[in-house]
Amino acid sequence: MTKAQKYSLIGGGLFLSLVAPFLLPQLATQLTMLWLMVVFALTWDTLGGQMGYNSFGNILFFGIGAYACAVLQRDLGLDYFIGLAVGLAFAGVLSSLVAIILGFGMLGLRGHYFAIGTLGLGIAAGEIAGGWDYVGAGSGMVPPLYPTALAGRELFFYFLMFALALATFFILRALYATKFGLALNAIRDDEDKAEAMGLQTTQVKSFAWAVSALFLGIGGGLAGNLLGFIDPRDVAFAGATFGVWMVLMAILGGKGTVWGPVIGAVVFHITQELFWTYLLGWQRVALGLLIVAIVVFFPNGILGTLREQRPEWFGEKVEERA
Amino acid sequence: MNLGNVLRKLCVVLMTAALTAAMTIGASANVEGDTVYLGAAISLTGKYSTNGAHTRKGYDLAVEQINAAGGVTVDGRAYKLGIIYYDDESTPARGAQLAERLIQQDGVKFILGPYSSGLTRAMAPITEKYGIPMVEANGASISLFREGYKYLFAVLSTTEQYLQGAVALAAETAGEGQTLRLGLAMENDPFSQDVRTGVIADAERLGMRVVIDDKLPPELNDMSATLAKVRALRPDLLVVSGHAKGAALAIRQIADSHIDVPMLALTHCDAAQVIEKFAEKAEFALCASQWAPGLAYSDELFGSARDFADLFEATFDYAPPYQSAESAAAVMVFADAFERAGSFDPAVVRDALAETDMMTFYGGINFDDAGRNIAKPMVLFQVQDGEYRVVYPSDASEAELRHPTPRWSER
Amino acid sequence: MFENLQLLFDYPSLGVDLVANGLMIGAIFALAAFGMALVWGVLGIINIAQGEFVMLGGFVALTAAGLGVPPLLTVPLAAIALFILGWGLYRLVIFRVVDRDLFVSLLATFGLSIILQQLSNEIFGADVRTLETGLGTLVLFDGQIVLAEIKLVSFVTALTVGLVLWVFLKRARLGQAIRATAQNARAARILGIDTDRVYAATYALNAALCGAAGSLVVMAWTIHPYIGLPYTVRSFLVVIVAGLGNIVAVITAGLGLGALENLAGFILGAEYQIAFVFVLMVILLVGRNLWLRRKREYLK
Repeated sequence: MTKAQKYSLIGGGLFLSLVAPFLLPQLATQLTMLWLMVVFALTWDTLGGQMGYNSFGNILFFGIGAYACAVLQRDLGLDYFIGLAVGLAFAGVLSSLVAIILGFGMLGLRGHYFAIGTLGLGIAAGEIAGGWDYVGAGSGMVPPLYPTALAGRELFFYFLMFALALATFFILRALYATKFGLALNAIRDDEDKAEAMGLQTTQVKSFAWAVSALFLGIGGGLAGNLLGFIDPRDVAFAGATFGVWMVLMAILGGKGTVWGPVIGAVVFHITQELFWTYLLGWQRVALGLLIVAIVVFFPNGILGTLREQRPEWFGEKVEERA
Repeated sequence: MNLGNVLRKLCVVLMTAALTAAMTIGASANVEGDTVYLGAAISLTGKYSTNGAHTRKGYDLAVEQINAAGGVTVDGRAYKLGIIYYDDESTPARGAQLAERLIQQDGVKFILGPYSSGLTRAMAPITEKYGIPMVEANGASISLFREGYKYLFAVLSTTEQYLQGAVALAAETAGEGQTLRLGLAMENDPFSQDVRTGVIADAERLGMRVVIDDKLPPELNDMSATLAKVRALRPDLLVVSGHAKGAALAIRQIADSHIDVPMLALTHCDAAQVIEKFAEKAEFALCASQWAPGLAYSDELFGSARDFADLFEATFDYAPPYQSAESAAAVMVFADAFERAGSFDPAVVRDALAETDMMTFYGGINFDDAGRNIAKPMVLFQVQDGEYRVVYPSDASEAELRHPTPRWSER
Repeated sequence: MFENLQLLFDYPSLGVDLVANGLMIGAIFALAAFGMALVWGVLGIINIAQGEFVMLGGFVALTAAGLGVPPLLTVPLAAIALFILGWGLYRLVIFRVVDRDLFVSLLATFGLSIILQQLSNEIFGADVRTLETGLGTLVLFDGQIVLAEIKLVSFVTALTVGLVLWVFLKRARLGQAIRATAQNARAARILGIDTDRVYAATYALNAALCGAAGSLVVMAWTIHPYIGLPYTVRSFLVVIVAGLGNIVAVITAGLGLGALENLAGFILGAEYQIAFVFVLMVILLVGRNLWLRRKREYLK
């Protein structure tokens, strides 16, 4: 599509996003979760789509972020907003550190070993958090309540999460446009060759995971405060739900692209909410079917399929055979 | 066109339709015509789905009875009750989302509680935030009532009372100067951990020693490691709490491994159907319960506790577990509050709820400042000759405690 | 943790009891792992729905017993029922992901596992269920070691099934065809073997194995719709430790995992027992990989 079409589409989308919580106040929390899903999909894609390392355990950083922020808020006892800011920063930094440390061992694994290894990590984290009294063990944690005197809690969290999604999108996009992005793709295409060419694959991989973890950690801290309750297995380290969905959203939209995960997240979130409302009791079965359908019939995702059908939208010229 | 293409086009169409549909979901008022709607998040799927079903039937039966008796009369008009249900999938995050949805999107002003303390805990901050009264019947955790919530009311007895009877009875069996040994095997979730806190507090008060204190992960299917400890350390009282799964597992494995425990106390025996499933293996077990059909409570709507049980069984083809009874009671509490408040304004109803003082087939209901029901005690059954017999509290008991439980080799 | 270790020293028979009970469940792990190794080696896919097959086997056994079938006969019944299900699933879904990359099969079988889990929840309910066999308890060494007889029966049955399968793979025509396809699918096709049928048969056999395992689990322990994932992870653990080809290694590793898990649950505390399994898997994976890195290789 032309530049004009593209920019008007993006501009329209941005405008809608800014205005949505005012137009549809009853959907404010759903929309906030939508931006969280976008963050999930984008950060997964950094490793999965751009780098070829399919992680089933990115939820680990989300959970660490949720707990880290809540623990800090609880232990420092600062004013709510200052506490939240410090907590979020701490959450992001801690998650990144964990990513770097774990990366030493985990990022050496390839392919399906990495996938299942990270799956194990994610679930183990939930189990360990469930046993650790400092973070509330099985009873979970409750972050401090938003000071109800100030109105506009939904809007506050909506715009914060939207800002996070925007930041994630632009920072990642900028990263992909640099040599770092090329390095990521090189690792995906053939890691051994890349290493043989002198690419510092270990550093690149660690950095990529750390960047994902940073955004996931902050997202976790925000989500914990939004939901008001952090349960080790069902909220923080929800491997069987959020953990798998981030993979699906990126694949649905088209992995390896920048817009793919965003589109995938939007479509997936809406579909999921509709399943839940209208297929009461059977929504999980429908979700499972969706997963199988996506994987089997839509491996290239929406953007990938669009690209096949309408290459000219992507700036590719297809010559007519004479 | 091959299947792949067809499916792809179909998906695109569906997605567009979905997007449009999503935008048009509007908010509906909570009072429509002559029906006032209560919102409820129930576990229709997930690990609590069986109890979610029990809860839902309790809610539905009460609504049916109340509507049949003329509904609630507010301001001279008669209103029927209705319930909007959503599935919380047994996960707290969903429950919290649901509370928001019910209040913001569906516009309900009154909420009936979900099943389990964990889910209630997730929803309470939200109902509190919006000033929406929630009457819950299945979240017993005492920690819910320490947060200073003004809009939360619970008809059931809270967790610290669950096994008070067992500990008290155990203390009575102690000999002179004997320090009783207590073993705990509690599931690692908000409810069971709160029961544990209550038991430990009682044990300390009565001078007992805790020799085993195990936290069982919710996914665990095998408590043999804990039971090995029980065999080695020989506690005088073993307390197990893990919803229905914990009860089933405990009875099964204690029998299979011939673990000798002089006294075994459990929660959720009837939900686990231990008598039907395990027959003699369940003998001598002590079971905490919120309610029993044999108790002498009654009200005008359902009649006696026995009448409720009969009606429930006639309607749903099985005997009501206490979860259904307490859920029905929650609806009755709302109906009573509406009539006393004379209004459907949430703040006014909330104040009326705080003043509740009624007797139901489920037991007395009177809320303290924190929202707990202080008018109804927990009962303790013992499985004797294949039946549940109330052994505690003494003024309601129908049988003597049989103690100590004979060794497996002698049974 | 240290009090628990102390307990083990004070009462050594406790340790033996824990290990003995652990071996019993370990036989089940070995069976499920055998199936997973089979599918992985022949089809090249990792079946995340493995645990769900075990769970379904248990529910089939329950249903059959409810219809009056004697408990021990539910084992072959569950195996047959799951064989049919496995064949059906292959024809519907699996055949589409066999030739694609491994990650696709991971996701597809994950989706399958969710469907099976939720369907089971709808059909059978979320309750914990168990099947009484009426068998008694074995008391050994004057009460030092107590074993439920059904656990012993399950142990023997599991090992027998494994042995039967091993002989089948060695001697029967289909078994040999399976092994040939695992070695080199193209060559097998050239020699006239219908590899698609072999794939279907292997997947179905795996499901049958898990079904048998599940029926034993429901009799000796308990099941509910959500027990699947830990079984899948344990199978995976055993396979990566034992490798794909070696049946003896798989059995030993399975038994070992059972015993180890039980001991760990005792020493670390029951709340960390499941965490132990997952963390162990991660440690083994990473350790194995780091070992290979020294030779500039990695786990394939």
